[in-house]
Amino acid sequence: MKKLSARRRHPLAAVVVLLLALLFSGGLYAVFAPTSKAEADETAQSLTIEEGKKLYSVGCASCHGTGGQGTSDGPSLVGVGAAAVDFQVGTGRMPAATSQGPQVPKKKNIYSQAEIDQLAAYIASLGAGPAIPTEEQYGPQGADIAKGGELFRTNCAQCHNFTGKGGALTHGKYAPDLEGVSPKHIYEAMETGPQNMPSFPDTTLSEENKKDIIAYLDAVNSSKSESPGGLELGGLGPVSEGLFGWIFGLGGLIAVAVWVAARTAKAKKS
Amino acid sequence: MSSQEIPEENLPAEQSEQTAGHDEHGHGALSPKDEHPFADPGLPPHEHRIQDVDERAAKRSERSVALMFTVSMLATIAFIAAFVAIPVDRSVYIFPLGHISALNFALGMTLGIALFCIGAGAVHWARTLMSDVEIADERHPIEAEPEVREKVFADFKQGAKESALGRRKLIRNTMFGALTLVPLSGVVLLRDLGPLPEEKLRHTLWSRGKLLVNMNTNEPLRPSDVAVGSLTFAKPEGLEEHDHEFQNEIAKAALMIVRIQPENIKDKRELEWSHEGIVAYSKICTHVGCPISLYEQQTHHVLCPCHQSTFDLSDGARVIFGPAGHALPQLRIGVNDEGYLEALGDFEEPVGPAFWERG
Repeated sequence: MKKLSARRRHPLAAVVVLLLALLFSGGLYAVFAPTSKAEADETAQSLTIEEGKKLYSVGCASCHGTGGQGTSDGPSLVGVGAAAVDFQVGTGRMPAATSQGPQVPKKKNIYSQAEIDQLAAYIASLGAGPAIPTEEQYGPQGADIAKGGELFRTNCAQCHNFTGKGGALTHGKYAPDLEGVSPKHIYEAMETGPQNMPSFPDTTLSEENKKDIIAYLDAVNSSKSESPGGLELGGLGPVSEGLFGWIFGLGGLIAVAVWVAARTAKAKKS
Repeated sequence: MSSQEIPEENLPAEQSEQTAGHDEHGHGALSPKDEHPFADPGLPPHEHRIQDVDERAAKRSERSVALMFTVSMLATIAFIAAFVAIPVDRSVYIFPLGHISALNFALGMTLGIALFCIGAGAVHWARTLMSDVEIADERHPIEAEPEVREKVFADFKQGAKESALGRRKLIRNTMFGALTLVPLSGVVLLRDLGPLPEEKLRHTLWSRGKLLVNMNTNEPLRPSDVAVGSLTFAKPEGLEEHDHEFQNEIAKAALMIVRIQPENIKDKRELEWSHEGIVAYSKICTHVGCPISLYEQQTHHVLCPCHQSTFDLSDGARVIFGPAGHALPQLRIGVNDEGYLEALGDFEEPVGPAFWERG
């Protein structure tokens, strides 16, 4: 010990102490982390649910009831699953404003992903429902874009337009534009059917089918999608193109015809 | 009398006529001009353009016209060059348009410039260099001169006499007969618009025991597959997409399947024809036959995208808005021994839009 204390002012002492401290804390982690994981899983899970419940009672309970059973202001959340929570909160639709119009719009999300996961865990604990999909389920690997297009036109295009640009429904409701919606949220929407959108559960639209649809949307309605024909005019189809042709095309031609037949500039009378 | 003076004098003349009438109590002192208060003012005097009086300006115009025609020639050459040089699958980013085909853009742009410059050159030429002197073209009576009319009538009478149409009645009558019959061949050809649909509009492929096959997976549906709030499309078992008659048959048989909590179904017959709240409705709008599937799962309304007819699937698919004439036909369904959803017969009424004999 005397030797050690004698060298405590050595220029390298600080470095050695730091190294030892790092080794010690790293070693501690290495010893405890793997073994504690299994047994901590359950407690961590219940801890997450506890945290989620706290967040729930602050942000959601006023409409959905203290136990998620629903009130006159909001539906029951028992059995909607973690996927529904991740979609609704992740896209900022929930929590909704108190005076809502015909449809709750997408807005800025105010929760962090960790908080959303806690909320989702709490809601999932109320009743079994679809889980949050993994990257593997919605990622582009191995997806068939052509098949996705076919499925999209069969199941989705009636409301969301052929390339996912969205469209109007009854009484001010609408199917939103799907550009910029993350693959995870598209997957969750298909699975859970938010608001007035019908759901497309795995039993009728398989996981692969969902993946194909997401890949198709990425190909036709994203920042990197191509429009070989030039100006796509919102991708709303022949109606918008026809309207553009009639108003701007024919209108322009009429204006030119009027100009051609108009009086030309005259030389000043001297 | 310069024609330009007239418009200015016309109004005052009219006014002075009225005031004169009042003041002089009908002394009748009207000038000859007042007899024609609305006399034709004629054309304003012609004004020259700068190109008509200044040869240098005319030269400038000539050069601009020639320049436009030259640009058109260059654009045509560029069109050919682009067609040869640009590969068909190259894509470029052009600001307001986004990612577009380079070839399409180049071809459209060059051809557009080539055509536009020809037109613009011609218009500029006409407006600045061709004569712009106003010309009045008098109208003529439509009726021909009396001599010409007399000649035509005389010719016609002579022709009728020489052909002996009035005398040889056999020829006249057979000719009328032939001319009457000949249009019939055209009428008979209309038969090829048929054959008449007969019973085709009243029946679809659905019949008792046919399974409901999911359009997405091509597998028969089980009741457990159809969740509340979900939307599924089905076709009758045995109809495949490569079948020759697929389009004709699916146009009538297309089915939309939703599940509604039985206590939310208001229509008694709908509940009877459903299976545990699973209801199957025709996907063809009863207005003009558009495929209709804009389903709102909270209100159970289905909206037709063509003319906004709205049907309430929780109340016998009653029409609640829009031009559709009657409710969507419901298909009666049940479950077979193996646990698959099956039809319990065809639709009770014709699907799709109404027709005269629908009843």
